[in-house]
Amino acid sequence: MGGFSTLLYKEVLRFWKVGFQTMATPILTSLLYLLIFSHVLEKHVRVYDSISYTAFLVPGLVMMSLLQNAFANSSSSLIQSKITGNIVFMLLPPISYFQFFAAFVLAAAMRGILVGAGVLLVTLWFVELSWQAPLWILVFALLGGAIMGAFGIIAGIWAEKFDQMAVFQNFIVVPLTFLSGVFYSIHSLPLFWQRLSHYNPVFYMIDGFRYGFFGVSDAPPFISLGVVGACFAVLTAFTLWLLRIGYKLRA
Amino acid sequence: MSAAIRIEGVTKRFGGVQALAGIDLDIAEGEFFGLLGPNGAGKTTLISALAGLVRPDAGRLMVMGHDVVSDYRAARRRLGVVPQELVFDPFFTVRETLQIQSGYFGIRDNTAWIDEILHNLDLTEKADTNMRQLSGGMKRRVLAAQALVHRPAVIVLDEPTAGVDVELRQGLWSFVRRLNRDGHTIVLTTHYLEEAESLCGRIAMLKQGRIVALDTTANLLRRVSGHVLRLRLAAGMALPAALRSRMSEEAGGEYVLPLECCEDIEPVLGSLREAGCRLDGIEIVKPDLEEVFVRVMND
Repeated sequence: MGGFSTLLYKEVLRFWKVGFQTMATPILTSLLYLLIFSHVLEKHVRVYDSISYTAFLVPGLVMMSLLQNAFANSSSSLIQSKITGNIVFMLLPPISYFQFFAAFVLAAAMRGILVGAGVLLVTLWFVELSWQAPLWILVFALLGGAIMGAFGIIAGIWAEKFDQMAVFQNFIVVPLTFLSGVFYSIHSLPLFWQRLSHYNPVFYMIDGFRYGFFGVSDAPPFISLGVVGACFAVLTAFTLWLLRIGYKLRA
Repeated sequence: MSAAIRIEGVTKRFGGVQALAGIDLDIAEGEFFGLLGPNGAGKTTLISALAGLVRPDAGRLMVMGHDVVSDYRAARRRLGVVPQELVFDPFFTVRETLQIQSGYFGIRDNTAWIDEILHNLDLTEKADTNMRQLSGGMKRRVLAAQALVHRPAVIVLDEPTAGVDVELRQGLWSFVRRLNRDGHTIVLTTHYLEEAESLCGRIAMLKQGRIVALDTTANLLRRVSGHVLRLRLAAGMALPAALRSRMSEEAGGEYVLPLECCEDIEPVLGSLREAGCRLDGIEIVKPDLEEVFVRVMND
């Protein structure tokens, strides 16, 4: 195996070995969200004309779990390796910056997509979904997972203790995902919050992903794809630069 | 012989601390080289710079002719480092750890060599044990094994025997000696000076980021006065005046006489015979590296 494939294998094995914590738990959490919110709101909220609230909720929950778990994978792996010191095993071999980046991002996206697929499978028991544009579903799932994987690398490199990582997780990732239209259409918001939501890149990830299911969305799907693609390009460039200069990894 | 390691004018500062203050050093292929110095002398920083973990402020380092910055992938393929810190990945077994480490170096099937390393480091029985369940000494052996998976031409061991029992220490050294005989260049840092003395052909001593002594082990040992003779006289006997003048110390009825060389013992014994001195004990003490070390560090 080459450096890239081994690092990818190791990163996947790492979350696979603790699958209950890394996959089963977030799937259960999302299911609980679905049960509670659909029970409370199903009869009171109608987002798009032809779509039930529960059906509307499912793609949002899938994408939210996908994003949060992709971030959790690369960020927790890096911070743990840094704190325990075993990151040295990845820094001593001839692994290039790009290989390092690609392996961590791909492993993060894989965990995110596995969790997202798990949430989708479980929720299919409760709701019937349509699949208007499957390619859009796939593209947004991959890009969303990769963006959060790259963001997780940045957080993992920057944070020096678990407390700092919690800041990233709880003050950036969770608010951005919760306030991105998972549970509501942004058109139901007052104008100010509606406009503000357009500055949240996660909104476009979820909106574009949802378009793949229903063929309707808050923003035009190509705009969402453009925003998400641009985010990925910027984060990739920034992360590769951090890795190249060895920021907080090589003294 | 060409240089396995070439270090030219390397400096490194961490905030207000000058960790490396201009290091020039060539280590030839096949050498067993010792890097000694007190804590904070810069040994680990120098090794880290060689491994690419620390970027020097100035100067350059090469492993087997490959620059560790501009040609880092080629340099790292030729270098194996046993880090000082006892680190491990708690997710994996010993075998998984070594397979993953092999993969990082692009080696697909390394089973035969991994088995050989496990055997030589007495780890075969622990191959399928999770890293968390190993004792400290065992974890250190795995660290050594990880540094060897890619059969590096140059092997750097940063205090590999700290906290390791005698049996394992001997096992590790016989394995490392064998690797050295097979042509691997070995660089060792240790606080056990007797280890450096018995293993290393050449030694550099570091102090405050500078090399303060660099020579073959034999030459360094010659720097101190050589052998000394310790004499304990029988009760009531006094040391003859001729010998008293060359005595270096006296403590608890024991006299210490420096010897120029081993043959120098004969006139001493002659003087004792002439004076009719009876001895209770006599011991020839070889110079040791510790003495050299203390002297160099105090200079």
